[in-house]
Amino acid sequence: MHTHLIDITKEKRFLGSLGQRLTLGGGVAGIVGLAVSFGLASTSEDGIHRLWWSYLHNWTFFLTIALGALFFVLVEHLAKAGWSVVLRRLSEGVSMTLVLLAILFVPLIFGLHDLYHWLHADLVAQDHVLQHKASYLNQTFFLVRVAVYFLFWIGAAFLMHRNSVKQDQSGDHLLTGKMEALSAPFMMIFALTTTFASFDLLMSLDPHWFSTIFGVYFFAGSFMSFLAFLSVIIVGLQRSGRLTGAITDQHLHDVGKFLFAMLVFWAYIAFSQYLLIWYGNLPEETGWYLRRQTGTWSSLGIVMIFGHFLIPFLFLLSRHIKRRPLLLSLGALWLLVMHWLDLYWLIMPEYDHALTAIPFSLLDLSCLVGIGGFFIAAWAWFLRRCSLIAEKDPRLAESLTFENA
Amino acid sequence: MNHDTAPLWGMMAEFDNVSDTLAAAEKTRDAGFKHWDTHTPFPVHGLCDAMGMRDTRLPWVVLTAGITGALFGLALQYFTNAVDYPFVISGKPLFSLPANIPVVFECTILFAALTAFKAMLVANRLPQHHRPLFKKERFRRATQDRFFIVIEAADPKFDADRTRAFLESLGGLSVEEVEDR
Repeated sequence: MHTHLIDITKEKRFLGSLGQRLTLGGGVAGIVGLAVSFGLASTSEDGIHRLWWSYLHNWTFFLTIALGALFFVLVEHLAKAGWSVVLRRLSEGVSMTLVLLAILFVPLIFGLHDLYHWLHADLVAQDHVLQHKASYLNQTFFLVRVAVYFLFWIGAAFLMHRNSVKQDQSGDHLLTGKMEALSAPFMMIFALTTTFASFDLLMSLDPHWFSTIFGVYFFAGSFMSFLAFLSVIIVGLQRSGRLTGAITDQHLHDVGKFLFAMLVFWAYIAFSQYLLIWYGNLPEETGWYLRRQTGTWSSLGIVMIFGHFLIPFLFLLSRHIKRRPLLLSLGALWLLVMHWLDLYWLIMPEYDHALTAIPFSLLDLSCLVGIGGFFIAAWAWFLRRCSLIAEKDPRLAESLTFENA
Repeated sequence: MNHDTAPLWGMMAEFDNVSDTLAAAEKTRDAGFKHWDTHTPFPVHGLCDAMGMRDTRLPWVVLTAGITGALFGLALQYFTNAVDYPFVISGKPLFSLPANIPVVFECTILFAALTAFKAMLVANRLPQHHRPLFKKERFRRATQDRFFIVIEAADPKFDADRTRAFLESLGGLSVEEVEDR
């Protein structure tokens, strides 16, 4: 062949000191962020109540990124993909942060009462609908379900990561077959668990409202935000001199295409949900949208249409932008902000139905710094010892020489 | 068959591996030929660069067609629902954007896809029902295991003797004239 296979052993492919700095810096940011959040909340009236909402919002933000990573790892195994092998270890690292997110869910247990009003016995007693839903929406079953979701997510992420790292040493090709075989049932369970998790964690914030497409909406934002996050960490690592040869503009182009596809998919699903409810015009469904079209909430909806779809659509349309690391990561950062606002738009209108103005608060940012710090730290910690490339994957050569047509 | 009476259409050089073909394509590009092509039995990565091909302008054509399609879909619905035959459907305004989006979307895709298909054919001057190259016995292996570089006589730099010498210098298996028949 004309194209030369690059020698990955000459590549800077360990996090090394950068990993230590990220773990330490992220950990400090995490502690400071959450401590500041708690401080701010406890000194203001009703602050703790507000804190839970910010916490849930930001925790969900990182949960979606981690779930997107798990999906990416599974789908690449499922499709026996060659092009993406050089990106897989980085993604495995992101999916392993589900361990951290499970730990960060524990404090939320104490805030459930502030978040989910189907937990209020007095409200349920007056509400026929909630009484009917009580066999599903009750604290015990809710916690059991969340535990099951995390058990599966962490188990799947762990198995995929451990076998992949094992292969770095042994070079055993059978491990690839094993992961491919596991990825098929895992994918089905992933679809079910993510869908139900989105129902439980977000949709039940308004327990009267229902949308069957909500799980897909959650997934679309989830996979899109992961691809945006992946673009950012690739560009960041390359600027630090790591993986500069292994990951080429061809891989970036494909991540960019995926990102573009998922932002369109998000818009498609968001619109599908809206269209049916708007056309049907049934009060039990439209109330959810009505709240989001009242007061300043409506401007956030407009920001979603333009910022989450039209502007990045036009920006990422050209291949020249997807192939330039700086421009791609700029688009990716933009989309991460939009995804954060999208979750805000999903969650926060339920904070107080009487509010017509967006209840922006410093807590939203301090929780972002706190959970985000821990998230980065966990990512670096899980990748502290292994190579950043799946070194002996049988399809590595294919990935290294990959070229778009 | 009389080979001498048919006018010369071009000159073809035959190769049996990718790297020779890529190297030869680079030399042909650098020699400044314009009307020439490379024929391979499978897609070869890096060939576009080796041949010095310009970026295709097709995306701009498709983008224009897509925007045209979107506007067409919108105008169509405005005219039919709000002007030509006003009819209130489920209490919605006569011209209401959400209801129109699916048709706008479909028209965008329809226009863009059909244009991409048609413009691709036009840009590649396809379909060509006749090409003198196909009469060459050796050229049949271009679909199996051989690679060909063909310089057309229409090229301003083409000269039967010098082009033959040039192609022979590329180190392929054979160089043959292609007659226009």
